[in-house]
Amino acid sequence: MTEFLGLYNYWIVIFLMMTGFYIVIARENLIKTIIGLNIFQTSVFLLYITMGKVTHGTAPILKSSHGGESHGGKSHGAEHGQDLHAATEGHIDLSVDAVTEIYSNPIPSVLMLTAIVVGIATTALALALVVRIREEYGTIEEDEILEMDRNS
Amino acid sequence: MMDFIVIPILALLAATAVTVARIRNLWAAVMFTGIYSFLSASWMLILDAPDVAFTEAAVGAGITTILMLATLSLTPRRHRKSSRLSSEDFEERPSKSPVIPLLIVTITGCALVYGTFDMPHFGDPNAPIQVYPEPSFVEKSQPDMHGLPNVVTAVLASYRGYDTLGETAVIFTAGIAVLLILRKNTDDQGISESPPLTGENA
Repeated sequence: MTEFLGLYNYWIVIFLMMTGFYIVIARENLIKTIIGLNIFQTSVFLLYITMGKVTHGTAPILKSSHGGESHGGKSHGAEHGQDLHAATEGHIDLSVDAVTEIYSNPIPSVLMLTAIVVGIATTALALALVVRIREEYGTIEEDEILEMDRNS
Repeated sequence: MMDFIVIPILALLAATAVTVARIRNLWAAVMFTGIYSFLSASWMLILDAPDVAFTEAAVGAGITTILMLATLSLTPRRHRKSSRLSSEDFEERPSKSPVIPLLIVTITGCALVYGTFDMPHFGDPNAPIQVYPEPSFVEKSQPDMHGLPNVVTAVLASYRGYDTLGETAVIFTAGIAVLLILRKNTDDQGISESPPLTGENA
């Protein structure tokens, strides 16, 4: 049982994802469909972000505030000694006084920042199309639109 | 200690998603989508992704809500909908049965849950995602970026700078497409609907 409890984050994401999926396929209102797509999208963001989390980790913002050159030399030297450590414990900042800090993975954050911004672009485009469809058909209900298409 | 924060947030997140699925009133659904975005931003903050949380709160809860409200104001409700949207917000339409979509969603969800059994556990430091892009780039980023402490910013703006440039191109394309879609109407007819459309364009 406990070996499955560690997967709870995926299950919550899947629940949210399936709720969005249900809205997309079951609702006939076009705006509602876009809302469902948004929920689906946000759950995908959450999927990536949960995968980047490391237990007892913190946000990937480096604590030490040295100047560029000197810190570069020192951390490079320390890195060789503790390579094995870094491989087993995820992201570790090897600061000068060897205080290890565990950071969560920054890569999912980066990918999802891009995805959020692209997502708003597609949402805006979809909403513009809805406005246009409403001007043309006078409705945003999918079944009514299909009916009009069939009759014409 | 963290569980006392995480569990209510996740419960609220699930409840909000279900409410969005059930509610009929579009204005309320848009508002609940904003709440959903804020809650997921809160969870992202707990998951050590403050940059994503800020962006989600600003873009997901802010701009998306504004765009949806603008769309709602541009698509006035007609008689048939206004009767349905007034008071019985949770009423199911009798015309379409929700059984088949529910079935599809359940089957898909079960397949996805089955797929998670092979996934690494939550927070596992030995998960492939933590080990495989050599983690030392985290500490190398600071000298590379002349002392910039935020690794996410370093990767986004420098290591993956071309990706961000492409993202900007996507935004630009989408903006132009929105302008073209909405402007077409003013060229064709340009009588009744033009004032709100130019307002949207600006």
